[in-house]
Amino acid sequence: MEIPYTISTRPDTGLWNAKVGIWLFLASEIMLFGGLFSAYIFLRLDAHPGEWPHGLLNVPVGTMNTAILIMSSVTVVLAWAALKMRRYRAYWWYMLATILCGVIFLTVKLVYEWPQKFEHFGAYIKPEALEKYEPYLGNKHAADRGLPPRLEISGHLHNHAALNDPNIKEYEVALDPVNADPTNPAMDRPHFFYVPPTDKIAKIEKKDVERATMFLPTHSAYFASYFTITGLHGMHVLGGVLVFIYMWLPVSKRLYQRNPEHLANRVEVCGLFWHFVDLVWIFVFPLFYLL
Amino acid sequence: MDASTSLATHHDPQQQGAEHEHHELGWWRKYIFSTDHKMIGIQYGLCGLVFLLFGFCLMMLMRWQLAYPGQALPVIGRWLPYFFGPNTMPDGKMTPEFYNSLGAMHGTIMIFMGVVPVAFAAFGNFVVPLQIGAPDMTFPKVNAASFWAFAVGGVVMLISFFVPGGAAQSGWTSYVPLAAISNRGPGYNPFFNGQTLWLVGFIFLITSSLLGAINFITTIIQLRAKGLTWMRLPFFVWAQFVTAFLLLLAFPPLESAIIMQLMDRVAATSFFMPSGLIVNGTMMNISGGGSPLLWQHLFWFLGHPEVYVLILPAFGIVGEILANNSRKPLWGYKSLVFSVLVIGFLSFVVWAHHMWLTGMGTTVSAFFQTTTLLISIPSVIILSAFFISLWGGSIRFNVPMLFATAFLPMFGIGGLTGIPLAFNSADLYLHDTYYVIAHFHYIVAPGTLFGLFAGIYYWFPKATGRRMNEFWGKVHFWPSLICMNVIFLPMFLQGMAGMHRRWYDGGQGWTLSGEHIWGLSGFQWNTPISWAAWSMGLAQIPFIINFFWSIKHGEKVNDNPWEATTLEWTAPSPPPHGNFVTTPVAYRGPYEYSLPGRDRDFTMQNEPVEPTERTRRKTVEQPALV
Repeated sequence: MEIPYTISTRPDTGLWNAKVGIWLFLASEIMLFGGLFSAYIFLRLDAHPGEWPHGLLNVPVGTMNTAILIMSSVTVVLAWAALKMRRYRAYWWYMLATILCGVIFLTVKLVYEWPQKFEHFGAYIKPEALEKYEPYLGNKHAADRGLPPRLEISGHLHNHAALNDPNIKEYEVALDPVNADPTNPAMDRPHFFYVPPTDKIAKIEKKDVERATMFLPTHSAYFASYFTITGLHGMHVLGGVLVFIYMWLPVSKRLYQRNPEHLANRVEVCGLFWHFVDLVWIFVFPLFYLL
Repeated sequence: MDASTSLATHHDPQQQGAEHEHHELGWWRKYIFSTDHKMIGIQYGLCGLVFLLFGFCLMMLMRWQLAYPGQALPVIGRWLPYFFGPNTMPDGKMTPEFYNSLGAMHGTIMIFMGVVPVAFAAFGNFVVPLQIGAPDMTFPKVNAASFWAFAVGGVVMLISFFVPGGAAQSGWTSYVPLAAISNRGPGYNPFFNGQTLWLVGFIFLITSSLLGAINFITTIIQLRAKGLTWMRLPFFVWAQFVTAFLLLLAFPPLESAIIMQLMDRVAATSFFMPSGLIVNGTMMNISGGGSPLLWQHLFWFLGHPEVYVLILPAFGIVGEILANNSRKPLWGYKSLVFSVLVIGFLSFVVWAHHMWLTGMGTTVSAFFQTTTLLISIPSVIILSAFFISLWGGSIRFNVPMLFATAFLPMFGIGGLTGIPLAFNSADLYLHDTYYVIAHFHYIVAPGTLFGLFAGIYYWFPKATGRRMNEFWGKVHFWPSLICMNVIFLPMFLQGMAGMHRRWYDGGQGWTLSGEHIWGLSGFQWNTPISWAAWSMGLAQIPFIINFFWSIKHGEKVNDNPWEATTLEWTAPSPPPHGNFVTTPVAYRGPYEYSLPGRDRDFTMQNEPVEPTERTRRKTVEQPALV
């Protein structure tokens, strides 16, 4: 006996098998990302004032990536609709557009956004030394303005060897604008556009530093959750792209010629997954880039 | 989805079946890389049983250390170091690290690689499609992927015994920060160490469960035979349906927690590491700002539904066997179904009762205390309905029935002793004592495991066409029942005396308290418990031999040896690829035993309703049949 309802719908449920399956899968995915997002909430609520960083990510690039992902969700629906109208040529182009959107998204993430963070440096100053670095932190100004205290000096690290060599006693940092000019009211809020580190060099003695790392997952609870969630999301995007490539290759043309409805169903199911991946990003973007 | 299914049109099912017989699959495709639900079920079952035995062996080793702490284990102790490494049992004496490994891996293996694969995956795979009259699962390839993910996860877990430092040592709960800092530092491989492999293995096991759960739910929704409406489903199918939802929705949060702990270990993040954590007198080089409580919440969000994952399939099996062997319909079928559904829902809102000691505050405690007590209601309904089902039946005490009836009081003890743990104030005292061990082992060992044994004896004829030996089944049953109780009853007393569950020396110091229970101190009770555990190991030998011997030499039986009513007994034994000779149609409920005015005392689900039956039903008092 063949397994029934792989393509046609079961009369009393009105569904074919894979559609039930994908919705169940998405339910489990919601719980997976739900666990990670609840961890984000937990960690953020637990963070002491000034510990949770703001404005470290590049908002215009993130916005662009959001737009790209939303666009791809539109094109994948158009691809499915084209299949339903039995216009394979249109399907092929829409699918290609979807794949390209996914690839661009991943490229931006992996080639630009992540490496830029890996090259950035931050040093948390010991509480007793905060006074000494007041010219870079501007905590009096922050207190006057009702802003959370500034505990970290960040920027571009000049002497990378200092990270591992105990004989080097200080870090040489080309300061981020907020540390270069901490009392400037323009630095009170994060910037929309990315502002590169300044030419102003600060020397931070290691004995005054509580912890100094590059902007890696180990840097803080913020970057830990940022890299974990965007990493897992990126793997979902990659998985979607790979499946879409399979459906775009000639092997699927043959399936289309045998049974176009079967291919349409596959595209529908994967499209649902793709919309979910898109939706996760809709939560990731404000949580990490904006709030 | 198989590409060839695209050709599916309206074929005559019988003709279709004949087509399949033409191309015999090769040995590898048939027995190893099979996509047939029955073979996958058997693969799951055999692997799961092997893991159960392995996990039990780990516990038997621990029992030596508990009964005779610091003494060399005779014979076995001498060659174990060659197997597990020199630092595990030098001179036959168990090291604390090895003891911790055994404890953590016993829990992990028994639950996630033993009971879940057998109860959910093996029985679910083999029985559910047959009971709902389906030719296979909806996604056979996904089904095979699920098994292979499980196999990889199992292998990774086993490998972890042989890496430097041994297997995970932080308990099956892997509480942080203890788990996050264990097996770490100089002398350990950053990746190939016990705790990290535990996490990696878990990701595979979770993947396997998720794929299985999706497949099960879809199969039950989509592939029920014609006429098999929801209220005609056998109780076992309902139990598996709810279990699948529990796995589907409860496992992913644990997966997220596992990913985070993996990041804590591999990428030095601080998801679960609090600020200012000092290890071995030095401040850890971490950012801090993490929350150990977060792990506990995410872990128990799985952990509690998980205990229902362990027990619900056993409920289902026991329900089938009770109805079959009391020759009566299951009493209160609707109440049973709704109770299972309510359990499924409530099991998601009770998790924090594992965390009374963390000081979450009275408001949170009051909420979880209330929900925990609420969930005992449907459990009691189920158990009561099972007991009432026996009332007035003409009971046949064959081996499956012995295990199924023993399940009832054993689960009863386990369940009722859980109620003191549900109360915040009582639990503050009993938490982490042997009382807790006794409580949940009464549920999963003589409870779930007896349910599983019952199921193995019951469905063995369907899988092989032969019955397991009754006499040796009884030789398996009675010693197991006695040993189970000798093992776990004294643990309640030990726990109430205050003995902690994780003591490496078995609580030797407890002898000093001078408190004696029936002439033995809390510590001295370890000795009879250990001997009972080893005896129970011996009691499994008849089962193992009976199992393998009966595959080839058991008594040959017909397709329906137990004279049961559900659809799986209409298929040939063993069922061919595609399961049924003719597409089954269900005309009646699952437990139509002893219908009045019939020659036989069982009426199968695929027997059409006779015109006279309707009028007779109105006049004869019958339990609710749908």
